[in-house]
Amino acid sequence: MGLKLTIVSPERELYSGEVDLVVAPGIEGELGILPQHAPLITQLDEGELYTRTGQEEQYFAIHGGFIHVLPDRVTVLADVAERAEEIDIERAERARERALELLRSAPPEERRLTELALRRSRIRLKVARRRRRRRPTPTTMDEGLAAPEI
Amino acid sequence: MATAREIQRRIQSIRNLGQVTRALQAVAASKVRKAQAATLATRAYAHAAWEVIIHLGAAADESLHPLLTRRVPVQSILLVLIAGDRGLCGAYNQNIVRTALDFVKRRGLPVSYITVGQRGRDMLWRMGAKIVADFHGLPAVPGIAEVSAIAHAAIDEFLEGRADEVYLARTDFINMLVQKPVIQRLLPLRPTELGDQAMAEYVQDIRAANVTEYIYEPDAATILGTVLPRFTELQVYQAILEAEASEYAARMVAMRNATDNASALVEELTLDYNKARQRAITREILDIAGGTEALAQAMAARA
Repeated sequence: MGLKLTIVSPERELYSGEVDLVVAPGIEGELGILPQHAPLITQLDEGELYTRTGQEEQYFAIHGGFIHVLPDRVTVLADVAERAEEIDIERAERARERALELLRSAPPEERRLTELALRRSRIRLKVARRRRRRRPTPTTMDEGLAAPEI
Repeated sequence: MATAREIQRRIQSIRNLGQVTRALQAVAASKVRKAQAATLATRAYAHAAWEVIIHLGAAADESLHPLLTRRVPVQSILLVLIAGDRGLCGAYNQNIVRTALDFVKRRGLPVSYITVGQRGRDMLWRMGAKIVADFHGLPAVPGIAEVSAIAHAAIDEFLEGRADEVYLARTDFINMLVQKPVIQRLLPLRPTELGDQAMAEYVQDIRAANVTEYIYEPDAATILGTVLPRFTELQVYQAILEAEASEYAARMVAMRNATDNASALVEELTLDYNKARQRAITREILDIAGGTEALAQAMAARA
Protein backbone atom coordinates (compact mmCIF):
# COMPACT_ATOMS: atom_id res chain seq x y z
CA MET A 1 0.00 0.00 0.00
CA GLY A 2 1.50 3.27 -1.08
CA LEU A 3 0.99 6.92 -0.41
CA LYS A 4 -0.81 9.11 -2.88
CA LEU A 5 1.45 12.11 -3.34
CA THR A 6 0.51 15.38 -5.01
CA ILE A 7 2.96 18.23 -5.39
CA VAL A 8 1.44 21.54 -6.47
CA SER A 9 2.67 25.09 -6.77
CA PRO A 10 0.34 28.02 -7.48
CA GLU A 11 1.25 27.86 -11.14
CA ARG A 12 0.93 24.15 -11.82
CA GLU A 13 0.75 20.58 -10.60
CA LEU A 14 4.25 19.07 -10.59
CA TYR A 15 3.60 15.54 -9.57
CA SER A 16 0.75 13.21 -8.81
CA GLY A 17 1.15 9.52 -8.17
CA GLU A 18 1.84 6.67 -5.76
CA VAL A 19 5.05 6.57 -3.76
CA ASP A 20 6.42 4.47 -0.88
CA LEU A 21 8.22 7.23 1.00
CA VAL A 22 8.35 11.02 1.04
CA VAL A 23 11.13 12.97 2.71
CA ALA A 24 10.30 16.66 3.00
CA PRO A 25 12.15 19.70 4.40
CA GLY A 26 9.85 20.57 7.34
CA ILE A 27 10.34 23.88 9.12
CA GLU A 28 11.27 22.00 12.29
CA GLY A 29 13.50 19.46 10.62
CA GLU A 30 13.43 16.90 7.89
CA LEU A 31 10.30 14.77 7.78
CA GLY A 32 10.18 11.20 6.60
CA ILE A 33 6.66 10.11 5.78
CA LEU A 34 5.56 6.53 5.29
CA PRO A 35 2.03 5.27 4.74
CA GLN A 36 -0.22 5.46 7.82
CA HIS A 37 1.45 8.58 9.13
CA ALA A 38 -0.57 10.57 11.64
CA PRO A 39 -2.50 13.54 10.18
CA LEU A 40 -0.13 16.49 10.07
CA ILE A 41 0.01 19.98 8.65
CA THR A 42 3.31 21.78 8.72
CA GLN A 43 5.22 24.54 7.04
CA LEU A 44 8.05 23.67 4.71
CA ASP A 45 11.49 25.20 4.68
CA GLU A 46 13.51 25.65 1.52
CA GLY A 47 15.17 22.45 0.63
CA GLU A 48 15.14 19.16 -1.10
CA LEU A 49 12.17 16.86 -1.22
CA TYR A 50 12.55 13.31 -2.40
CA THR A 51 10.33 10.35 -2.92
CA ARG A 52 11.02 6.67 -3.26
CA THR A 53 8.92 4.18 -5.18
CA GLY A 54 10.49 0.74 -5.22
CA GLN A 55 14.04 1.39 -6.35
CA GLU A 56 13.27 4.65 -8.05
CA GLU A 57 14.00 7.99 -6.41
CA GLN A 58 12.78 11.39 -7.49
CA TYR A 59 14.06 14.75 -6.36
CA PHE A 60 12.40 18.14 -6.17
CA ALA A 61 13.62 21.54 -5.07
CA ILE A 62 11.05 23.18 -2.77
CA HIS A 63 11.19 26.82 -1.73
CA GLY A 64 8.77 27.16 1.15
CA GLY A 65 5.12 26.18 1.46
CA PHE A 66 3.13 23.55 3.35
CA ILE A 67 2.69 19.86 3.54
CA HIS A 68 -0.60 18.22 4.41
CA VAL A 69 -0.30 14.61 5.52
CA LEU A 70 -3.12 12.11 5.89
CA PRO A 71 -2.69 8.36 6.46
CA ASP A 72 -3.12 7.51 2.78
CA ARG A 73 -2.13 10.70 1.00
CA VAL A 74 0.27 13.61 1.10
CA THR A 75 -0.22 17.01 -0.50
CA VAL A 76 2.69 19.39 -0.89
CA LEU A 77 1.72 23.04 -1.46
CA ALA A 78 4.97 24.62 -2.50
CA ASP A 79 5.43 28.35 -2.99
CA VAL A 80 7.94 27.57 -5.73
CA ALA A 81 8.94 24.07 -6.80
CA GLU A 82 10.98 22.43 -9.50
CA ARG A 83 11.70 18.90 -10.58
CA ALA A 84 15.36 17.98 -10.57
CA GLU A 85 15.23 17.41 -14.34
CA GLU A 86 13.99 20.92 -14.96
CA ILE A 87 16.78 22.74 -13.22
CA ASP A 88 19.28 24.45 -15.46
CA ILE A 89 22.55 23.79 -13.67
CA GLU A 90 24.51 26.44 -15.49
CA ARG A 91 21.92 29.05 -14.76
CA ALA A 92 21.76 28.08 -11.09
CA GLU A 93 25.55 28.18 -10.96
CA ARG A 94 25.61 31.65 -12.45
CA ALA A 95 22.93 32.77 -9.99
CA ARG A 96 25.00 31.40 -7.13
CA GLU A 97 28.10 33.25 -8.26
CA ARG A 98 26.16 36.44 -8.75
CA ALA A 99 24.68 36.12 -5.27
CA LEU A 100 28.13 35.51 -3.75
CA GLU A 101 29.48 38.54 -5.56
CA LEU A 102 26.60 40.71 -4.39
CA LEU A 103 26.97 39.46 -0.85
CA ARG A 104 30.50 40.78 -0.77
CA SER A 105 29.61 44.21 -2.11
CA ALA A 106 25.99 44.74 -1.04
CA PRO A 107 25.00 47.14 1.73
CA PRO A 108 23.63 45.35 4.83
CA GLU A 109 19.98 46.15 4.09
CA GLU A 110 20.16 44.21 0.82
CA ARG A 111 22.08 41.37 2.33
CA ARG A 112 19.04 39.43 3.48
CA LEU A 113 17.56 39.17 -0.02
CA THR A 114 20.89 38.15 -1.45
CA GLU A 115 21.31 35.49 1.17
CA LEU A 116 17.91 34.12 0.23
CA ALA A 117 18.86 34.07 -3.43
CA LEU A 118 22.08 32.30 -2.54
CA ARG A 119 20.25 29.66 -0.55
CA ARG A 120 17.85 29.06 -3.38
CA SER A 121 20.55 28.57 -5.92
CA ARG A 122 22.42 26.23 -3.59
CA ILE A 123 19.33 24.08 -3.12
CA ARG A 124 18.73 24.01 -6.84
CA LEU A 125 22.27 22.90 -7.49
CA LYS A 126 22.12 20.25 -4.83
CA VAL A 127 18.91 18.78 -6.20
CA ALA A 128 20.04 19.00 -9.79
CA ARG A 129 23.32 17.21 -9.04
CA ARG A 130 21.45 14.32 -7.43
CA ARG A 131 19.79 13.74 -10.73
CA ARG A 132 23.18 13.74 -12.49
CA ARG A 133 24.66 11.16 -10.18
CA ARG A 134 21.79 8.78 -10.75
CA ARG A 135 22.16 8.75 -14.50
CA PRO A 136 22.99 5.31 -15.87
CA THR A 137 25.71 6.59 -18.20
CA PRO A 138 28.23 9.08 -16.82
CA THR A 139 27.79 12.48 -18.36
CA THR A 140 31.48 13.17 -18.88
CA MET A 141 30.86 14.96 -22.15
CA ASP A 142 28.52 17.51 -20.58
CA GLU A 143 30.75 18.04 -17.61
CA GLY A 144 33.81 18.34 -19.81
CA LEU A 145 32.09 21.10 -21.72
CA ALA A 146 30.85 22.90 -18.66
CA ALA A 147 34.14 22.77 -16.80
CA PRO A 148 36.43 25.32 -18.55
CA GLU A 149 36.29 28.70 -16.93
CA ILE A 150 35.73 31.55 -19.32
CA MET B 1 -15.69 60.92 -58.42
CA ALA B 2 -12.32 59.55 -57.33
CA THR B 3 -9.89 58.57 -60.01
CA ALA B 4 -8.83 54.96 -60.50
CA ARG B 5 -5.40 55.69 -59.05
CA GLU B 6 -6.84 57.22 -55.85
CA ILE B 7 -9.13 54.25 -55.34
CA GLN B 8 -6.25 51.88 -55.88
CA ARG B 9 -4.22 53.60 -53.19
CA ARG B 10 -7.10 53.28 -50.73
CA ILE B 11 -7.52 49.59 -51.51
CA GLN B 12 -3.85 49.04 -50.80
CA SER B 13 -3.95 50.82 -47.45
CA ILE B 14 -7.08 48.98 -46.33
CA ARG B 15 -5.56 45.70 -47.39
CA ASN B 16 -2.52 46.47 -45.21
CA LEU B 17 -4.78 47.35 -42.29
CA GLY B 18 -6.59 44.06 -42.74
CA GLN B 19 -3.31 42.22 -42.55
CA VAL B 20 -2.43 43.97 -39.29
CA THR B 21 -5.78 43.18 -37.70
CA ARG B 22 -5.55 39.59 -38.90
CA ALA B 23 -2.16 39.25 -37.21
CA LEU B 24 -3.49 40.79 -33.99
CA GLN B 25 -6.38 38.35 -34.13
CA ALA B 26 -4.04 35.38 -34.41
CA VAL B 27 -1.85 36.62 -31.56
CA ALA B 28 -4.88 37.16 -29.33
CA ALA B 29 -6.22 33.70 -30.14
CA SER B 30 -3.03 31.98 -29.05
CA LYS B 31 -2.86 34.04 -25.87
CA VAL B 32 -6.42 33.14 -24.94
CA ARG B 33 -5.41 29.51 -24.99
CA LYS B 34 -2.31 30.16 -22.90
CA ALA B 35 -4.19 32.15 -20.29
CA GLN B 36 -6.87 29.47 -20.10
CA ALA B 37 -4.32 26.72 -19.62
CA ALA B 38 -2.65 28.76 -16.88
CA THR B 39 -6.00 29.25 -15.13
CA LEU B 40 -6.66 25.52 -15.20
CA ALA B 41 -3.19 24.81 -13.82
CA THR B 42 -3.92 26.88 -10.69
CA ARG B 43 -6.93 24.76 -9.74
CA ALA B 44 -4.88 21.97 -8.17
CA TYR B 45 -3.20 24.37 -5.74
CA ALA B 46 -6.47 26.14 -4.97
CA HIS B 47 -8.07 22.83 -4.11
CA ALA B 48 -5.19 21.76 -1.88
CA ALA B 49 -5.02 25.14 -0.13
CA TRP B 50 -8.75 25.02 0.56
CA GLU B 51 -8.36 21.67 2.10
CA VAL B 52 -5.74 23.00 4.49
CA ILE B 53 -7.86 26.02 5.41
CA ILE B 54 -10.92 23.88 6.02
CA HIS B 55 -8.93 21.40 8.10
CA LEU B 56 -7.52 24.22 10.15
CA GLY B 57 -11.04 24.96 11.23
CA ALA B 58 -11.02 28.34 9.62
CA ALA B 59 -14.51 27.83 8.33
CA ALA B 60 -15.86 27.71 11.86
CA ASP B 61 -13.95 30.39 13.70
CA GLU B 62 -13.46 33.80 12.19
CA SER B 63 -11.55 35.25 15.10
CA LEU B 64 -8.66 32.90 14.39
CA HIS B 65 -6.96 35.26 12.00
CA PRO B 66 -7.41 38.96 11.07
CA LEU B 67 -7.89 38.09 7.40
CA LEU B 68 -10.97 36.08 8.38
CA THR B 69 -12.44 38.66 10.71
CA ARG B 70 -15.55 40.45 9.57
CA ARG B 71 -15.86 44.10 10.61
CA VAL B 72 -19.21 45.57 11.53
CA PRO B 73 -20.21 48.09 10.37
CA VAL B 74 -18.27 48.33 7.14
CA GLN B 75 -17.14 51.91 6.77
CA SER B 76 -15.01 51.88 3.66
CA ILE B 77 -14.23 49.47 0.88
CA LEU B 78 -11.36 48.82 -1.47
CA LEU B 79 -11.91 47.67 -5.01
CA VAL B 80 -9.22 45.93 -7.02
CA LEU B 81 -10.11 46.70 -10.62
CA ILE B 82 -8.61 44.36 -13.18
CA ALA B 83 -8.73 45.84 -16.68
CA GLY B 84 -6.41 45.88 -19.66
CA ASP B 85 -3.36 47.92 -20.56
CA ARG B 86 -4.46 48.42 -24.13
CA GLY B 87 -7.53 49.06 -26.20
CA LEU B 88 -8.53 47.41 -29.49
CA CYS B 89 -10.58 44.89 -27.54
CA GLY B 90 -14.15 46.01 -28.04
CA ALA B 91 -16.03 47.04 -24.92
CA TYR B 92 -13.91 44.93 -22.55
CA ASN B 93 -12.46 47.81 -20.52
CA GLN B 94 -15.65 49.87 -20.50
CA ASN B 95 -17.72 46.90 -19.33
CA ILE B 96 -15.61 46.08 -16.31
CA VAL B 97 -15.29 49.73 -15.26
CA ARG B 98 -19.04 50.24 -15.60
CA THR B 99 -19.79 47.11 -13.55
CA ALA B 100 -17.35 48.26 -10.87
CA LEU B 101 -18.87 51.74 -10.69
CA ASP B 102 -22.40 50.33 -10.48
CA PHE B 103 -21.32 48.13 -7.62
CA VAL B 104 -19.65 51.01 -5.77
CA LYS B 105 -22.73 53.17 -6.23
CA ARG B 106 -24.97 50.45 -4.81
CA ARG B 107 -22.77 50.05 -1.75
CA GLY B 108 -22.76 53.82 -1.18
CA LEU B 109 -19.56 53.73 0.94
CA PRO B 110 -16.27 55.59 0.66
CA VAL B 111 -14.19 53.63 -1.79
CA SER B 112 -10.58 53.50 -2.81
CA TYR B 113 -9.14 51.60 -5.76
CA ILE B 114 -6.20 49.48 -6.71
CA THR B 115 -6.03 49.36 -10.47
CA VAL B 116 -4.45 46.71 -12.63
CA GLY B 117 -4.10 47.86 -16.24
CA GLN B 118 -3.70 51.35 -17.67
CA ARG B 119 -7.13 51.60 -19.26
CA GLY B 120 -9.01 51.08 -16.02
CA ARG B 121 -6.70 53.45 -14.19
CA ASP B 122 -7.15 56.20 -16.80
CA MET B 123 -10.92 55.92 -16.73
CA LEU B 124 -11.07 56.11 -12.93
CA TRP B 125 -8.49 58.87 -12.84
CA ARG B 126 -10.55 61.06 -15.15
CA MET B 127 -13.48 60.69 -12.75
CA GLY B 128 -11.32 61.78 -9.85
CA ALA B 129 -11.50 58.43 -8.02
CA LYS B 130 -9.11 57.70 -5.18
CA ILE B 131 -6.47 55.31 -6.48
CA VAL B 132 -4.13 53.97 -3.80
CA ALA B 133 -2.00 51.77 -6.04
CA ASP B 134 -1.64 51.12 -9.73
CA PHE B 135 -0.12 48.12 -11.49
CA HIS B 136 0.41 47.81 -15.20
CA GLY B 137 2.64 46.29 -17.81
CA LEU B 138 2.13 42.73 -16.61
CA PRO B 139 3.36 40.10 -19.06
CA ALA B 140 0.71 38.36 -21.17
CA VAL B 141 0.51 35.31 -18.93
CA PRO B 142 2.11 36.38 -15.63
CA GLY B 143 3.60 34.14 -12.98
CA ILE B 144 2.40 34.34 -9.41
CA ALA B 145 5.54 36.25 -8.39
CA GLU B 146 4.46 39.12 -10.64
CA VAL B 147 1.02 39.46 -9.14
CA SER B 148 1.79 38.84 -5.48
CA ALA B 149 2.58 42.55 -4.98
CA ILE B 150 -0.98 43.37 -6.01
CA ALA B 151 -2.41 40.96 -3.45
CA HIS B 152 -0.12 42.33 -0.76
CA ALA B 153 -1.14 45.91 -1.47
CA ALA B 154 -4.76 44.82 -0.91
CA ILE B 155 -3.92 42.85 2.22
CA ASP B 156 -2.06 45.84 3.69
CA GLU B 157 -4.97 48.19 3.05
CA PHE B 158 -7.25 45.71 4.79
CA LEU B 159 -5.05 44.90 7.77
CA GLU B 160 -4.20 48.53 8.43
CA GLY B 161 -7.88 49.35 8.62
CA ARG B 162 -8.08 51.65 5.64
CA ALA B 163 -10.63 49.32 4.10
CA ASP B 164 -13.06 47.04 5.91
CA GLU B 165 -13.82 44.94 2.87
CA VAL B 166 -11.88 44.25 -0.29
CA TYR B 167 -13.48 43.33 -3.61
CA LEU B 168 -12.09 42.15 -6.89
CA ALA B 169 -13.59 43.35 -10.16
CA ARG B 170 -12.64 40.91 -12.86
CA THR B 171 -14.02 39.58 -16.12
CA ASP B 172 -14.93 35.92 -16.25
CA PHE B 173 -14.20 34.02 -19.39
CA ILE B 174 -17.36 32.17 -20.40
CA ASN B 175 -16.41 31.44 -24.00
CA MET B 176 -14.79 33.16 -26.97
CA LEU B 177 -17.84 35.35 -27.55
CA VAL B 178 -19.06 35.93 -24.01
CA GLN B 179 -17.11 37.44 -21.12
CA LYS B 180 -18.88 38.44 -17.97
CA PRO B 181 -17.72 41.20 -15.59
CA VAL B 182 -18.10 40.08 -11.97
CA ILE B 183 -17.42 41.46 -8.51
CA GLN B 184 -16.01 39.02 -6.00
CA ARG B 185 -15.21 39.56 -2.35
CA LEU B 186 -11.58 39.01 -1.55
CA LEU B 187 -11.32 40.01 2.11
CA PRO B 188 -12.30 39.12 4.74
CA LEU B 189 -12.05 35.53 3.56
CA ARG B 190 -15.24 33.64 4.21
CA PRO B 191 -14.64 30.05 3.25
CA THR B 192 -18.21 29.00 3.89
CA GLU B 193 -20.04 31.50 1.71
CA LEU B 194 -18.05 31.45 -1.49
CA GLY B 195 -20.20 31.95 -4.54
CA ASP B 196 -17.75 30.12 -6.73
CA GLN B 197 -19.39 26.86 -7.75
CA ALA B 198 -16.12 25.00 -8.08
CA MET B 199 -15.15 26.06 -4.56
CA ALA B 200 -18.45 24.98 -3.09
CA GLU B 201 -17.87 21.52 -4.54
CA TYR B 202 -14.41 21.37 -2.99
CA VAL B 203 -15.78 22.21 0.42
CA GLN B 204 -18.35 19.44 0.22
CA ASP B 205 -16.08 16.60 -0.69
CA ILE B 206 -13.52 17.76 1.85
CA ARG B 207 -16.03 17.71 4.68
CA ALA B 208 -16.89 14.12 3.94
CA ALA B 209 -13.30 13.02 4.50
CA ASN B 210 -12.78 14.97 7.68
CA VAL B 211 -10.09 13.90 10.12
CA THR B 212 -10.24 15.23 13.65
CA GLU B 213 -6.82 15.02 15.23
CA TYR B 214 -4.02 16.89 13.56
CA ILE B 215 -0.45 17.55 14.47
CA TYR B 216 0.54 21.12 13.65
CA GLU B 217 4.09 22.30 13.26
CA PRO B 218 4.79 24.89 14.56
CA ASP B 219 1.08 25.57 15.45
CA ALA B 220 -2.29 26.15 13.80
CA ALA B 221 -2.22 29.95 14.07
CA THR B 222 1.19 30.26 12.44
CA ILE B 223 0.24 27.98 9.60
CA LEU B 224 -2.98 29.89 9.09
CA GLY B 225 -0.97 33.10 9.12
CA THR B 226 1.03 31.94 6.11
CA VAL B 227 -1.61 30.00 4.24
CA LEU B 228 -4.21 32.79 4.21
CA PRO B 229 -2.07 35.46 2.51
CA ARG B 230 -0.94 32.78 0.06
CA PHE B 231 -4.50 31.92 -0.67
CA THR B 232 -5.43 35.57 -1.17
CA GLU B 233 -2.54 35.88 -3.60
CA LEU B 234 -3.81 32.87 -5.43
CA GLN B 235 -7.29 34.34 -5.75
CA VAL B 236 -5.87 37.53 -7.21
CA TYR B 237 -3.70 35.46 -9.52
CA GLN B 238 -6.63 33.41 -10.74
CA ALA B 239 -8.70 36.56 -11.26
CA ILE B 240 -5.93 38.12 -13.33
CA LEU B 241 -5.48 35.04 -15.49
CA GLU B 242 -9.22 34.83 -16.02
CA ALA B 243 -9.30 38.52 -16.95
CA GLU B 244 -6.38 38.05 -19.34
CA ALA B 245 -8.22 35.23 -21.11
CA SER B 246 -11.28 37.48 -21.39
CA GLU B 247 -9.30 40.43 -22.66
CA TYR B 248 -7.63 38.41 -25.38
CA ALA B 249 -10.92 36.79 -26.35
CA ALA B 250 -12.52 40.24 -26.61
CA ARG B 251 -9.58 41.47 -28.65
CA MET B 252 -9.74 38.47 -30.91
CA VAL B 253 -13.41 39.06 -31.68
CA ALA B 254 -12.85 42.80 -32.21
CA MET B 255 -9.98 42.10 -34.55
CA ARG B 256 -11.89 39.48 -36.46
CA ASN B 257 -14.68 42.00 -37.05
CA ALA B 258 -12.12 44.54 -38.19
CA THR B 259 -10.58 42.01 -40.58
CA ASP B 260 -13.99 41.12 -41.99
CA ASN B 261 -14.85 44.79 -42.43
CA ALA B 262 -11.58 45.40 -44.19
CA SER B 263 -12.18 42.63 -46.71
CA ALA B 264 -15.75 43.82 -47.31
CA LEU B 265 -14.43 47.32 -47.91
CA VAL B 266 -11.74 46.05 -50.26
CA GLU B 267 -14.40 44.23 -52.28
CA GLU B 268 -16.55 47.34 -52.57
CA LEU B 269 -13.64 49.52 -53.50
CA THR B 270 -12.47 47.00 -56.09
CA LEU B 271 -15.87 47.34 -57.81
CA ASP B 272 -15.51 51.13 -57.73
CA TYR B 273 -12.01 50.86 -59.05
CA ASN B 274 -13.10 48.66 -61.98
CA LYS B 275 -15.89 51.07 -62.80
CA ALA B 276 -13.54 54.04 -62.69
CA ARG B 277 -11.00 52.25 -64.82
CA GLN B 278 -13.66 51.22 -67.38
CA ARG B 279 -14.93 54.78 -67.48
CA ALA B 280 -11.46 56.08 -68.21
CA ILE B 281 -10.98 53.54 -71.01
CA THR B 282 -14.34 54.35 -72.57
CA ARG B 283 -13.51 58.04 -72.48
CA GLU B 284 -10.20 57.42 -74.21
CA ILE B 285 -11.76 55.25 -76.90
CA LEU B 286 -14.37 57.95 -77.52
CA ASP B 287 -11.59 60.49 -77.85
CA ILE B 288 -9.71 58.34 -80.34
CA ALA B 289 -12.84 57.49 -82.26
CA GLY B 290 -13.80 61.18 -82.38
CA GLY B 291 -10.31 62.09 -83.57
CA THR B 292 -10.36 59.46 -86.29
CA GLU B 293 -13.76 60.61 -87.43
CA ALA B 294 -12.61 64.23 -87.59
CA LEU B 295 -9.50 63.23 -89.51
CA ALA B 296 -11.55 61.17 -91.97
CA GLN B 297 -13.91 64.11 -92.60
CA ALA B 298 -11.00 66.45 -93.17
CA MET B 299 -9.45 64.04 -95.67
CA ALA B 300 -12.79 63.67 -97.46
CA ALA B 301 -13.21 67.45 -97.64
CA ARG B 302 -9.77 67.89 -99.23
CA ALA B 303 -10.30 65.16 -101.79
